[in-house]
Order: sequence, then C-alpha cells, then structure tokens
Amino acid sequence: MIELQNVTKVFNPGTPNENVAIRHLSMRIETGDFITVIGSNGSGKTTLFNLIGGTHTATMGKVLVHGHDVTREPEYKRSRYIGRIFQDPLLGTAGNMSLEHNMMICSYKGMKSLKLNLNARKRKFFREQLKALHMGLEDRLKDNVGLLSGGQRQALTLLMMVLSRPELIMLDEHTAALDPHNADLVLDLTTKFVDEHKLTTVMITHNMHQALKYGNRLIMMDEGEIILNVSGKEKQELTVNGLIKRFRKIRHHDIDNDELLLT
Amino acid sequence: MIEGIFIEGLAYGIMVLGVFITFRILNFPDLTVDGSFPLGATVMASAIIAGWNLLLALAIAFIAGWIAGTITALIHNKLKVPNLLAGILTMTMLWSINIRVLGNRANLPLIRQTTMITWVRSITAEVMSSHMAVLLFFIIAALIVKLLLDLFFLTDLGMCLGALGNNEQMVINQGVNTETVKIIGVSLSNGLVAVSGALIAQFQGFADVNLGQGIIVAGLASVMIGEFLLRSNRIWVLTTRVLLGSILYRGIMYLGRYYGYYINLTPSDLKLITGLLIIVSLIVTQLRRQRSYFEREAKVHEEESV
Repeated sequence: MIELQNVTKVFNPGTPNENVAIRHLSMRIETGDFITVIGSNGSGKTTLFNLIGGTHTATMGKVLVHGHDVTREPEYKRSRYIGRIFQDPLLGTAGNMSLEHNMMICSYKGMKSLKLNLNARKRKFFREQLKALHMGLEDRLKDNVGLLSGGQRQALTLLMMVLSRPELIMLDEHTAALDPHNADLVLDLTTKFVDEHKLTTVMITHNMHQALKYGNRLIMMDEGEIILNVSGKEKQELTVNGLIKRFRKIRHHDIDNDELLLT
Repeated sequence: MIEGIFIEGLAYGIMVLGVFITFRILNFPDLTVDGSFPLGATVMASAIIAGWNLLLALAIAFIAGWIAGTITALIHNKLKVPNLLAGILTMTMLWSINIRVLGNRANLPLIRQTTMITWVRSITAEVMSSHMAVLLFFIIAALIVKLLLDLFFLTDLGMCLGALGNNEQMVINQGVNTETVKIIGVSLSNGLVAVSGALIAQFQGFADVNLGQGIIVAGLASVMIGEFLLRSNRIWVLTTRVLLGSILYRGIMYLGRYYGYYINLTPSDLKLITGLLIIVSLIVTQLRRQRSYFEREAKVHEEESV
C-alpha cells in the first residue's frame, strides 16, 4: 500500500550541522500490516513517520501510496488517508474547545464548509462512541477538552482518528507520556480499534516487550537505517534477549541505549 | 452621555469582534486593523459622496476590508513572514491607499449628506429622540453582526477556525489546508473592522485617514476588559463579552476625557491609559492563570487519590 524507495533525508545539508536522519531506506507497508518500530533515540523513527506523513519532504528517493508518487504532496493532503497520533496528548485535540466540537472537526477529513452539521443525531452518535471508551466522557460533551486528563485526551484522539477511517495509522510512542495505568488503557484501546476496523498500523515504541507482543512485523532502526525486519513466525518466536543478540550480530556492538533495555 | 458611551461601544464593538477573531480565536496578532478601519471609513465616505446606495456602500467597505485581510494573510503564508510584520506592511500600504480612495486628500467631511445615521434620524424623528434612534440603530447593527458570527462559529468551518488557533497540528491532521483557513479568518476579521470604520465615519460625520491610529490597541484593551466579565467556552457568551468589553472600555475613556482634568489628564493621555489598561489586564490574567493552574493540579491529585 505504501512504499518508500531508497529514501534519504538530510537536515541542514551543506552546513556544519548537516545530519543524515534517514539513509537509503526502502520499505513496504502492506494493507492490514501492524508494524512495530523500535530503535534508540536519534535512530530516525520519527523522521520516518514525518516522511510518510508529509511533514518533511525526502531529500532523495520516493514515497508511493498505492503506486502514486506522493513525495511532494503536502502534509494536510496526506492526512486525508493517514491518521497520526503523537507522544504529546495535547497535540491531538484542541484544549479550549468542547468535546463535541473537537469530535465534529474530526468526523470527516478535508476542507470544512459552512454547514451546521452538529445536530442532535450527531451528538447521539458521539455519545455512543464515547461510551465505548468507558471513561464517562459521554456525559461531558460540552466540557472543554482541556479539562480531561492526558490518558482521556489520548483515548479521545484515538477515537476521533478512527471516526474518519484512515487507511494507515501512525502511532508515535503515543503512550509514552502517560502513567502506566493510562498507558495500558490506551494501548488496549488501540489494539481493539485496530482489530475492529482492520486498520493498517505502524507503531513506534520504546518498549521491546510491546514491540514483540503486538503486530505482525517488527522493524528495528539504527542510524537512519532499518537493520532488522522480521515478520510472521520469526517475529512470534523472537524474545527480548534474541533481539539484543541480533542487534549485536548486525552492529558488532551492544545496544547502548538504557531506555530501550530497561523497559 | 450614557447613550454616547453605548453608541461608541457598539460601533467600535464590531471592530473589537474582528480583533477578537484574530487575536483570540486564530492566535494571529493582526495589525492590519489600523489600516482596514480607516479603509472602511474612506470607502464608505467616498461612496456616500458619489451618491451610492448606503447598504451597497457598506457591503463594499466590508469587501475592501476583506481584501486587506487576505493580503496580510497571503504575505504571511507565501513569503513566510511573521504575522506581525505582514500586518504592519499592509497597514502601511493602506495609508496611501486610503488617501487615494478619498481622492488625494486626508479628510472628507460628510456634511449635508444622507448617511445611515441621518436616515435613521429622519425616519424616527416623530417617535423618539435622535440620540435614542442612533443608539437603537447601533444596537441592531452590532446584534446582527454578533448573531451572524455566533452562527458562523457553529458551522464546521467556524469550528475549524477555532481549533486552528488552538492546535494547528490537529487541523492539519484533519486534512485541512491551514493556510486557506487563516486567509478566511484574517479576511473576515478585517471585513468586520472595515464595517465598523464605515459606521464610525457616518457617526462622526467625516472620514479621516488617521482614524485608525491606535485602533488595534483600543480593540485589544476592549477584548481584555471583556475577559474579566464572563468566563465560558460558548461562542455566544464570548461575543457578548467582547461587546460588553468594548462598551466598558469606551466608558473608561469617557471618564478620562471628561473628568480626567481633576487629576490633570488631557485627551492626549488617553493612549497612555489604554496601554496601561492592557498591561494591568495582562498582569491580572497571569496571576489568575497561575492560581487556576495550582487549583487544577490540586484537583487532579485529589481525584487520583480517590
């Protein structure tokens, strides 16, 4: 469905701050995939998302969606078929607007018109959707989203993203800023939605256990390259120790990122 | 005297609604206002002198303001210039344009011309005093603008505009071109400002290219004063608050103008007072925000411990 062909991204080219974030990376995301992405800080995970989502344009190489070249398509156009959730729960919702207005804005993609679409039927629909979150949000349609906790906001972001049925969802450590309880809640919700709506998913995580537990493919990144790409039975049989061993074999040194190992 | 405060408060209130859209909703500090306010006045005055239909003239004033806003937004979007500078550029260019609109002069009196004000006075001459008639006219004008705005902010586009100032990333994620939405917002704001300028020119009986001097600061002060009055997230309350803030601001200015001499104030001190008003508002808001932050934190901890 989405294909990256030999993509390279260089920041500040030609200056002393030149930084190659992604090197000659090629990958395919097939419809129905649930890919987990791990890698230490600075390995290029988020840049990869930015290239797929259109926040950054590739310095070299191509990004294809269903065979069409979208390398130069702006972020807002790609957002019409890609849903994205960030680590910061504040980025997915407008804090000083009410829950129902937030949901209305997110209920369909693309330019908005001068229609008064928020009516009793829509509110009923929103209430039903919110009920499924089991957070008591269905009674708070008129409350400002800024009053909700981080976990509630991230769950709401997830729900609103699903409402528009994106073809691909990209989760950028979307539970990392939450407390453990809320992180589990949001992650459960994520897998529930992914299963229910058969969403094609790419999820960045810092947590090796999570990366092994979820999804049908696992990608490990290091210094802007994909150094490991396992799927199917091979992934199911992989353990944390196995992952560390594989890394050492490829890179000839140990993973030097405590965060990755401790979680 | 009290009618005068209300009349000015409501007439300038339409301008304040425009300032509210850019500063508070879009989070786009737009200084074009200092140019689009007299633009509305000059367009209206020239159209009156040319003998055009008054409503048509008002509509053209709105469109002129709209275009001024579009130019500012385009400079900001396309040339990647900070919004403050984009506004200053348009505002400066508008000064020359306003003189052109008035026919190469800085001032155009509307003596013995039929304006909306004289028209309202003449048709109500037998039922009420001319002060009351003018007051009624401005109440209706401000209410129409306010209600239309309330309706606009309940449409999908209006909500999207509201979200843009709050969280641009979220709006991008919905597949919306934020540049287009910014253009619409800034244009709408300046359209309203021009309408306000057109009404003020008729009320004062002349158009002057310097009418707009410091208007943005007055608008901002009015918005901030209003914010002390009511707290809500409902748009109709917010727009009401803007109009009340504008009336209150004009009241304060009135007191300064007529009773200020007791403490040796002259009319030229009013701008200083306006600036100080804004600074005081900022300080109070900051103190309030700190307090409510701590209160919210305490509440979250309470909920967690339960």
